Amino acid sequence: MSTALDLPAKPRDLSGPVGIALLLALAFGLVPLTASDYLFEAILTPFLALALAGLGLNLLTGYAGLLSLGSSAFMAVGAYAAFNLSLRVPGLPLPVSILGAGLVAAAAGLVAGLPSLRLKGFYLAVSTLAAQFFVAWALNRIGWLSNDSPSGVINAPRLVVAGQSFEDARGRYLFSLAIVSFLTFATGRLVNSPTGRNLVAIRDSEVAARIVGVKVARTKLLAFALSCFIVGIAGVLWAFAYLRTVEPAGFNLDRSFQILFIVIIGGLGTLRGAFLGAGFIVVLPLVLSRLGAALLGDSFDSGTLEMVQRIVLGALIVIVLIREPAGLSALLHRTARRLRLSA
Amino acid sequence: MNPELSFFVEVVVGGLLSGVMYALVAIGFVLIYKTSGVLNFAQGAMVLFAALTFVSLVEWGLPFPAALIATLAVMVVVGLAVERAVLRPLVNQPPITLFMATLGVAYVIEGAAQLVWGTQVHGLDLGIDDTPLEFGGVLVSRFDLFAAAVAGLMVALLTLFFRYTRTGLAFRAVADDPLAALSIGLRLPRIWSAVWIASGIVALVAGLLWGARLGVQFSLSLVVLKALPVLVLGGFDSIAGAIVAGLIVGAAEKLAEVYLGPFIGGGIEGWIAYVAALALLLIRPSGLLGQRSVERA
Repeated sequence: MSTALDLPAKPRDLSGPVGIALLLALAFGLVPLTASDYLFEAILTPFLALALAGLGLNLLTGYAGLLSLGSSAFMAVGAYAAFNLSLRVPGLPLPVSILGAGLVAAAAGLVAGLPSLRLKGFYLAVSTLAAQFFVAWALNRIGWLSNDSPSGVINAPRLVVAGQSFEDARGRYLFSLAIVSFLTFATGRLVNSPTGRNLVAIRDSEVAARIVGVKVARTKLLAFALSCFIVGIAGVLWAFAYLRTVEPAGFNLDRSFQILFIVIIGGLGTLRGAFLGAGFIVVLPLVLSRLGAALLGDSFDSGTLEMVQRIVLGALIVIVLIREPAGLSALLHRTARRLRLSA
Repeated sequence: MNPELSFFVEVVVGGLLSGVMYALVAIGFVLIYKTSGVLNFAQGAMVLFAALTFVSLVEWGLPFPAALIATLAVMVVVGLAVERAVLRPLVNQPPITLFMATLGVAYVIEGAAQLVWGTQVHGLDLGIDDTPLEFGGVLVSRFDLFAAAVAGLMVALLTLFFRYTRTGLAFRAVADDPLAALSIGLRLPRIWSAVWIASGIVALVAGLLWGARLGVQFSLSLVVLKALPVLVLGGFDSIAGAIVAGLIVGAAEKLAEVYLGPFIGGGIEGWIAYVAALALLLIRPSGLLGQRSVERA
């Protein structure tokens, strides 16, 4: 028998420095000039936050082969940690409180990762649900964490960095973009470093990794900490840059599944997979609801539309998995190769 | 018996009996995991779908047995359809992909159930009155006893089936070693179909009992979250483990809620089962009765 979590082989990366520079120029230069507020608020900012969360989970699940179903709990930890740091430490610069939030989430991830030293596969996955439900419970029960607001709702602090305000739709997009770009770059360096290779070694064969001298327990915990650091910061973006007002219930199991889905549909063990998957998952419901409204008009109530959307989304998940089990990243890779061959 | 002690016994018995209900849902998972290695997250949706179909048919005016048979037929079709349309094209994919696919299936089934039968809450009366019985000062819910009896009967039937029928033997062979089973001519697709039908039936029984207890509504599909710690603790591949773990989780949950709840705040039943399961797993990583798999680590 193979291991519980066999992962598809990593497709060779073909995004060179030129492509990345072009993308960055587009995202930092052209998009802010041309996009509408709707595009920023409904698509681009949530896309960035979810892509970052996917990136974090991919580090854990795609690279280290450890399955987690509790990602949104760590998003919540990050968001509430940043909220508390901004609230309780007056004058703390925003970047520092975000960094702090990431560290708090990493610490939480370290604790949640402890079962990974004994458990594998789905046993580990289910054990991460403990974190999911415990965090939701704690945020609801412990009033101090949400400054005693009813049902744990928190409001984002003002997004001001060095006197520069990022409050409007475009500002929040740029704010998210800067953080996501930086962390993506850092993650890219990480996965090509000895540490990153240790993660992959553990995924592919724990015994072999141990034999060549990888400290398995330490590396697993490190994977959890690094992953949750990124996921925590994604939670900050989700709460502060996208929603502005969040409650613990927003970080529920559905969100965790959504992030796992982003990673799987995008492509496990690839950096761009998180972005492709996040794009898919953000745009799809919008397209579906537009399409539903256009096709059905007002003849159906919103409840029916919601059910139809749920069915279509579920069916699409299944179809994509059947057609492209290695994710959109593999599809992109193949298409690019075909284009190059024909050129 | 002094009141302290009889209250304690009451809590434990209540917990054990609700544990049986958890185990009932968990068994549906075990059947599929054992034979195909798929953690079927759609099991909860199937429970919801079964209960909703049954209730709606009864409300239409179908007599009880007819509704039961019709629902059974529907569940067989659903099980077969899922196996044929989703799982078979995904044969040999990594378990995580299969898990994700069942999540998609869960969305489809939940959406379809509510699209067809509506989203309102239905009451479900199985005709068992819920007056508590008294045993030496300990009150026990009659309904819970009935549910436990049904679950017990089902486990007994499944055990007999696995032990004494050819199909059951084939199930066990596939669970043991799919390749060896294939090489001696067992037809895997047929066995998988059978197992999906079986788990559809388990979902129906669970749906009726849970539906009678909680009302038939969307939250019924969340019973999977109650079943997962049971599964982890009992081992994904052991029916007996699911029962034992269900009892442990049920009792631990009730005891924690009653005796620990006042100190750390209520509502802990959402996670205490997971923590309890984890604590026990640190001692026995493959679950209470799960097979100790020789895994390439």
